[in-house]
Parts: sequence; C-alpha cells; structure tokens
Amino acid sequence: MVIYGVYIVSKSGGLIFNHDHNVPKIEHERVFNYPLDIKLIYENKKVVVAFGQRDGINVGHVLMSVNGAPLAGTLLEDGRDVLEVLEDPQNFPITLKFSRAKMTTNEKIFLASMFYPLFAIASQLSPEPRSSGIEVLEADTFRLYCYQTLTGVKFMVVAEPSQPGMEILTKRVYELYADYALKNPFYSLEMPIRCELFETNLVTLLETVEKSGISSV
Amino acid sequence: MTVHNLYIFSRTGTLLYYDEWNRLNKSGITKEEEAKLMYGMLFSIKSFVNKISPLDSKEGFQYYKTSKYTLHYLETPSGLKFVLNTDNGAQNVKELLQQLYSQVYVPYVVKNPVAQMNEPIQSELFKLKVDELMKKSPIYLCRSL
Repeated sequence: MVIYGVYIVSKSGGLIFNHDHNVPKIEHERVFNYPLDIKLIYENKKVVVAFGQRDGINVGHVLMSVNGAPLAGTLLEDGRDVLEVLEDPQNFPITLKFSRAKMTTNEKIFLASMFYPLFAIASQLSPEPRSSGIEVLEADTFRLYCYQTLTGVKFMVVAEPSQPGMEILTKRVYELYADYALKNPFYSLEMPIRCELFETNLVTLLETVEKSGISSV
Repeated sequence: MTVHNLYIFSRTGTLLYYDEWNRLNKSGITKEEEAKLMYGMLFSIKSFVNKISPLDSKEGFQYYKTSKYTLHYLETPSGLKFVLNTDNGAQNVKELLQQLYSQVYVPYVVKNPVAQMNEPIQSELFKLKVDELMKKSPIYLCRSL
C-alpha cells in the first residue's frame, strides 16, 4: 500500500502543487573491474546506463558517485571527466554508485504540462460522444488517478496499482484545496500553492489512507 | 460490453491497420490525421509514463480510462503497437491483444510472402480473421443502438 505522490495542475496546465509522499530510493553500488561490463553514455548532462543491466543496475540509471565521491554533472570533484577516468585501466578496480534518475522540479513542471494535451486528445479521440479526458492511467509500476473539477483544476494521485479508493482520495484532496488554499487570503489563483496548513493536512490525509484505508477518512 | 475500434502501428509510426465495430463519435478529421494524432499521443504517454514512474518499469503503459471508454495498449519488443478501444467494463483485453498478435498478425501478415513490412495491411484474409477473433471474444457484445 503505497501512495507515491500528489500533483495539482491549474486550469491553464501549470503545476501549482506537488508533494512526493513515498518515493522509493533505488540505489546500487558495485565494484567494477576493467573493462566495464556496462555501456555508459552522456544524456542531458548526466552519465546514464545505455546497455547491460545487471545486479539491479538498470538501463536509464544515472551515475551518482565514483569511489564514494559524488559527481557534479559529468565531472568528478577534481574536474576530471568521468568517461575519461573510466577508460583508463589504472583507475580500476573502481566503485560506482548508480541510482534511478530523480525528477527535478523543472522536470515535474514539464511533465504536468505534458499531461494537459494528453488529457485533451484522449477526449477528442474518443469513439463515444461526450467523453471526459483520462481518469485512470495504468502502467506496470504505478497507477495515476486524475480528477478534473468543474473549474478545470486537475488533481492527480500516483499510487501503487493495488491501492484501492484513490478516486475518493483525489476528491478529498480537492476538499482540502478548497478549505486551506482557496480560503487563504494570501493565495492567488493559478499560482503555486504555498500554504502550510494545506500541506500538513494533506500529509496527514495520505498517511491515514495508507495506514487504515480510505474508509477511515 | 463492446469493442469500439482497433489501430495497429508499426515501429516507425505508420498506421498498418484500422478497423472499427461500434463507433458512435467521428473525430471530425481524416483517418490519416487521426492516426498521426493517436500515434503522437501514445508516444507522449510512453515518455510521460517512463519519467513519472517511481520504479523501473518493464512493460510501461498498459491502458487508460476515461468516463466513456478504455484504451488498451500492447507493444511488442519489435515495436509493433496494438491499440484497442473498448468500453470500461471489458476484462482481459491484454490477452485478447496478445492473441491478435500471435494468432492473427504473425500467421497472416508475417508469414504472408506478398505482405510488405511497414506498409498498410491489404490482406482480405487478415481482415476476416481480425473480425472473427473480435466477434468470438466475450468482450464483443453488440449493444442495440
């Protein structure tokens, strides 16, 4: 029973609130010998595994640290380029730590605005007349629930596929939004929500739902 | 329960096959444009799902549901994409799509020497077999219109 996160997208498609609730940390550290048995490439100023997944290190994972020293982009702390270091047999054996790429705030804003047209196209391509947009989207690792209010604000919850009662949860989050964000005189519409009460109440709600199910709220 | 329509896309995004059974809403654009829009949406959903997923995904996007229909998606490792729209009550659509791939697409397109890869499927036999499979499945139950 895990809820991964909550997103709120405004009428115009901008991300106005995001809360990461229970995001699992995927990290793997291993000692490598020369030559490397995985293929690394540069991607978006990061060093990413391109081929050869093993021991929990999967394609798409980002190189985090070399011999315990964290990486600054593609450079080591002493300014050397990582891929050059890894080409030199003298540096081996070497300990590399990989982790699944974490989303930055910018990427979250980008994803939120990406969902907006998907929602609209899903309703346009409908074989039945008068269909809504995407309400539930399922992948093998998570399920995304989206509730659009009459005023066009979207409440999205990302949770484990087996977690029940998430449709109701999106509406509960809407209630909290109406109570703590909209009634806050310092909150202006369409702007990011920075209301402490809203956030604390949301966290309490998510924790109760995770512990004892949706029926207890 | 009903099956609305079926799209098959190649690895490069060409619409290989389209068929419809119970479709009440015309999108108001040509079939080619609709196919491009559909493929574009699926492409975006795939990258969206990959980024927003908290864990490493294997199969990725499975389906989405709106208030009126459900879109089921199956992608083979070779990049072939099957998209089937059904009503919200349909069960085991994934198995149906897998059957469509292994029992209809492979025997009647891949094993057909005159069928060109990456081009729209012309074969009448294929059309017949797709229709047969859909009508045989319990998901297909023609609603009185």
